[in-house]
Amino acid sequence: MAMEEAREAVGDYKEGWHDPEHSTIRFDSGLSEEVVRKISKIKNEPEWMTEVRVKAYHHFVNRPMPGFGDREALEGIDFDKVCYYLRSSDATEKDWEDVPEDIRNTFDRLGIPEAEQKWLSGVTAQYESEAVYHSIREDLETQGVIFLDMDSGLREHPELVKKYFCSVVPYQDNKFSALNTAVWSGGSFIYVPKGVSVEMPVQAYFRINAKNMGQFERTLIVADEGSSIHYVEGCTAPTYSTDSLHSAVVELIAHEGAHIRYSTIQNWSANVYNLVTKRGIAHKDATIEWIDGNIGSKLTMKYPAVILKGEGSHAEVISVAYAGKGQHQDAGAKIHHLASNTTSKILSKSISKDGGRGSYRGMVTVSPKAENCKLNVVCDALILDDGSQTDTYPTMEVANPSARCEHEASVSKVSDDQVFYLMSRGHSEEEALAMIVNGFFEPFTRELPMEYAVELNKLMALEMEGSIG
Amino acid sequence: MSGKTPVLSIKGLHVGIDGNSILHGIDLKIKPGEIHAIMGRNGSGKTTAASTIMGHPDYEVESGSIELNGADLLELEAWERARKGVFLSFQYPQSVPGLQVGHFLRKSVAAIRGDEAAKGAPFRDALKSAMEEVSIPRSFLSRYVNDGFSGGEKKRFEILQLMLLKPKLAILDETDSGLDIDGIRVVSRGINAAIRGSDSGALIITHYSRILEHVKPDYVHVLIKGKIVKSGGPELALELEERGYEWLESDTTEDD
Repeated sequence: MAMEEAREAVGDYKEGWHDPEHSTIRFDSGLSEEVVRKISKIKNEPEWMTEVRVKAYHHFVNRPMPGFGDREALEGIDFDKVCYYLRSSDATEKDWEDVPEDIRNTFDRLGIPEAEQKWLSGVTAQYESEAVYHSIREDLETQGVIFLDMDSGLREHPELVKKYFCSVVPYQDNKFSALNTAVWSGGSFIYVPKGVSVEMPVQAYFRINAKNMGQFERTLIVADEGSSIHYVEGCTAPTYSTDSLHSAVVELIAHEGAHIRYSTIQNWSANVYNLVTKRGIAHKDATIEWIDGNIGSKLTMKYPAVILKGEGSHAEVISVAYAGKGQHQDAGAKIHHLASNTTSKILSKSISKDGGRGSYRGMVTVSPKAENCKLNVVCDALILDDGSQTDTYPTMEVANPSARCEHEASVSKVSDDQVFYLMSRGHSEEEALAMIVNGFFEPFTRELPMEYAVELNKLMALEMEGSIG
Repeated sequence: MSGKTPVLSIKGLHVGIDGNSILHGIDLKIKPGEIHAIMGRNGSGKTTAASTIMGHPDYEVESGSIELNGADLLELEAWERARKGVFLSFQYPQSVPGLQVGHFLRKSVAAIRGDEAAKGAPFRDALKSAMEEVSIPRSFLSRYVNDGFSGGEKKRFEILQLMLLKPKLAILDETDSGLDIDGIRVVSRGINAAIRGSDSGALIITHYSRILEHVKPDYVHVLIKGKIVKSGGPELALELEERGYEWLESDTTEDD
């Protein structure tokens, strides 16, 4: 790749470096039933899981691509070129010292061990297909909190996993949930016992290092009655001129009165397809919150969903998307009010720049039997230049007349006078833009742990650099 | 006169916007510690003069020069001028939703006066006393810049910035417009605190003389149709209050 082309590809993306690839197992690219069975065999899984994988594989093969989003970009995915399983380390370690040096350096550079010491209850770090590091604070363990990588979860708590796996997102849900179910590896398994509040967040960090890699983590979080947990995930990958595929499935179950908050900062490099299915079920008086930030990737299609199944349950989806050059962020939310007195709030903010495209795709439904539901949807788009694009596809299907629905949408442009005002206070044009952009994202940023908020602001400032013609 | 370099020196300034000439040859000198007022009706070119000195990219300087303490400003962008010591209190300050006042003030002080000035107790003390001076409550710091501010709050916030940024040249564009008597008294107190007894200069742009009763100018200039037609001492402001602008307009020859 010529130097210029490389710079073009990397741009300002600061996590775009990669380490030499090393693997203890690397599958040839391409997918077949044999590959699926091999993954299950390597992991020494119970038979029921192998069977679910195989069924899901066949469903994936026969299922057409989604009929919405960026169909042209989706057609660009070459499933035969993807590597479906790559193991770089033979064990999941509890001590960073035991993690292979190259991989440890990667996570050091991303600041994960440091964050762990300062403000986290537990960390899992996944590199390619498998978790390489995992730890949880002892006091949580003694309270019965389970926080494991998904493979260990299946080994150590097969009955729990079997009960909930595919219960919120069946493999037949869509083509990519089928693919994930067939080849899943890694991800987190969390169980919080009745009445336990996990005060500090637990974090998972996902890193793709190899070329043409497919990462298919599977996460399952069960919060038992009256418990609460905040889960944070971050993702990055090196910049290559060929594409990688990230297709995760996340299932959340919030039992009566439980509270789950799931925060994501997705900052994949611009060669990653990010096609993720995230859904939670909220039982009586439970709350599920998705705090979802999409900064990177080539194409993201992601609509965190909540099924409000129990009376008095509450859902909140706060999301931001930044679509820069060559990027399409097709993001939004889905909320289904199945029970009475349920409430939901969606706040979606997108910024497009340098020809990027940000789309909001949302669906809120109220079933006929659900009385006195309250829905609030706000989507705001900010366009930074003329060639960039924003679209909104909101859908509301309200089958019960007692529902109170509010919907607001706005599209704005950064005005010259706003920039001039900030420049007159000593800020360069780039700094002024970063201030406006970070201000626009502030309703999202303030929901994040402080360390993430600072990081996100820096990231956006970086995106504004070199943007002035 | 004394040999001091003027804070602001404008010579033969012609300015246009979208091909229309607005200022037709302005000359102005402000020495350290002086307060000048430019008075004129709406549309006389007052805001054009203020925006041009600050460096708004829409205003095109056709000829002439602007110097700050003897150094050329025209080649500099607005933010560079701000860092050299030019400050503009806007007639219509822009809102920036999501940008907190406290954060913005600290960042702006750091950009213009350096990181040290924006740190620790010295910054906090300066902020506290400036806020008291212009009657801004502490709760203001967590609001968003000019977002949902009343007209009076916006003007007081501009003066708060003036006090913290300590410019060499302060331009106050219609700071008194939309303010009641108490509001004018409060912002005037802030302007006096920032400028009096310092080496800074100030240029007050207004079409009423009310604010000039509280911030006494050393010189008053009358701007009509893009030209300064008369200059004088503070008594000129009173004369304008009594007689209006008409008697000066008849003196203006249409030679452009």
